[in-house]
Amino acid sequence: MALTNEIIQQRLTEKFGDQLTEWAMPYGMLTFTAAASLNLKVMQFLFDDEQLRFRFLTDLTGVHYPDRKGEELSVVYHLHNMQDNVRLRMKIYVPVAKPDVFTATKLYAGANWMERETFDFYGINFVGHPNLIRILNVDEMDYFPMRKEYTLEDPQRTDKDDEMFGR
Amino acid sequence: MTELQQHQHHIKLADESLQKQTTTLNLGPTHPATHGVFQNILEIDGERVMEATPTIGYIHRAFEKIAERRPYYQVTPLTDRLNYCSSPINNMGWHMTIEKLLGVKTPKRVDYLRVIIMELSRIADHLVCNSVIGVDTGALTVFTYVFQQREAIYEIFEEVCGSRLTTNIGRVGGFERNFSAVSFTKLHAFMETFPKVLKEFENLLDRNRIFMDRCVGAGPISAERALSYGFTGPNLRATGVDYDVRVAQPYCSYEDFDFKIPVGSAGDVYDRYLVRNGEMWQSYSIIKQAIEKIEKIEKEFPEQKDVFYAKEADRFHLPPKEDVYTKMEALIYHFKMVMGEIDAPAGEVYHAVEGGNGELGFYLVSDGGRTPYRLHFRRPCFIYYQAYPEMIKGGLLSDAIIALSSLNVIAGELDA
Repeated sequence: MALTNEIIQQRLTEKFGDQLTEWAMPYGMLTFTAAASLNLKVMQFLFDDEQLRFRFLTDLTGVHYPDRKGEELSVVYHLHNMQDNVRLRMKIYVPVAKPDVFTATKLYAGANWMERETFDFYGINFVGHPNLIRILNVDEMDYFPMRKEYTLEDPQRTDKDDEMFGR
Repeated sequence: MTELQQHQHHIKLADESLQKQTTTLNLGPTHPATHGVFQNILEIDGERVMEATPTIGYIHRAFEKIAERRPYYQVTPLTDRLNYCSSPINNMGWHMTIEKLLGVKTPKRVDYLRVIIMELSRIADHLVCNSVIGVDTGALTVFTYVFQQREAIYEIFEEVCGSRLTTNIGRVGGFERNFSAVSFTKLHAFMETFPKVLKEFENLLDRNRIFMDRCVGAGPISAERALSYGFTGPNLRATGVDYDVRVAQPYCSYEDFDFKIPVGSAGDVYDRYLVRNGEMWQSYSIIKQAIEKIEKIEKEFPEQKDVFYAKEADRFHLPPKEDVYTKMEALIYHFKMVMGEIDAPAGEVYHAVEGGNGELGFYLVSDGGRTPYRLHFRRPCFIYYQAYPEMIKGGLLSDAIIALSSLNVIAGELDA
């Protein structure tokens, strides 16, 4: 029987109950939010389970939502089950004041640089990462440039009238 | 003793560097054999590589940040500069991501035209990579020879979109203009000569004793480790895993085509070379099928000859210039588009295409505005390059060089 999004959702709900929330299926990809402390447990379960077999980490990245107070930073995992050809998206949210997330490097060797990149741009602290240093930016940088408070254009600029066009 | 000699005599080396049994060698960031800005700090014992520490980010240009302020159509030139050996694939991957967000279905003729362009750029990409392996093993002839074919492909791009390397080809929904008759003539001429050239290329390298001695067994990786490292594309297929986005999640009507996925077994330089060569033959056959399909469509429905973009996406498609100059509506649309006042719906999309060197993914979060809220490129190079130290450890320094060129790591994509 083909592995469908419904089966995955059912299996995960059986195991983790209401710790997994915000189930959705935008453009056909199963998406859910896990409690931040559970990220590794959920991924391990998805990896080990003989029916689910999500054993390929496609992508790992961060998103900053300054309006979500208390959970401003998000880490988004895209996992892939290559045998059944199913993808899913898992998100976790952490506060910007204490952005601690367990590392996935033990599970996927490829997570190493992806987590370093996410740390580099969002300052997410991957607990247990073997070498969590900046990767694309210079080592001396003392801020996390992809966060939304760093606008691309100087906010003090007055010579540009943005009322009619652009933002 | 002169003053200089006295001075040199007093240089004190750190104790650990005197006692150390290995040599530290800085390979890169600018080295003729690395084909791009790559730095690896190697610990070598004679000719053997004991340890490698890659440093990346030399040409980081903050594309993901810049994209957060740009209207959707202005992001396309950024994608050009990721894998600049096959920029049309990046461009079209990005357009298809927006089309997925908008829910636009493109006409078949547009899909097939796109397939032609994408497969041509895959051939160009693989030609560079494979002939560069030749260069690094001492065979410059093949490189200069196949570059004529790459030139022919670039001339087709030039005819279609006006530029060669960083193409900015196509628009959301299709192409900016229809293919000219000359572009088809050039395409047919290319289809005529390319198989002979590729055959000759294979004759020169495939069973070449020197080439095989250098490549077989160099820089290997197992399928298991490759999957753990997130390998995709030809590098993963060389280890024996038949994962190809074109087949696994068909986009752009790839399901209409009949083609094979070449796979290797050992995952070494030689297998990667063979897989890429096999893929060029497959790409060639896909282009051939696409031309036939387009001819069939045009024969059955002559009015389809003028279809080069999806009507549903006309909010993102610049009207023809003669209309802009003479019609009010067209002028308004043109103005709105150029000023970037077109909003996209809110949503969250992941779209992947089979790029020149692996699964090129676009993770787009839109909050309903005119620019992406967050855009992340899943860049295959960035993900698999981290396996490089593991692949070259214990091998010879010269193997490390060809392992790098056979991985097809493109600095633009690595650093984004």
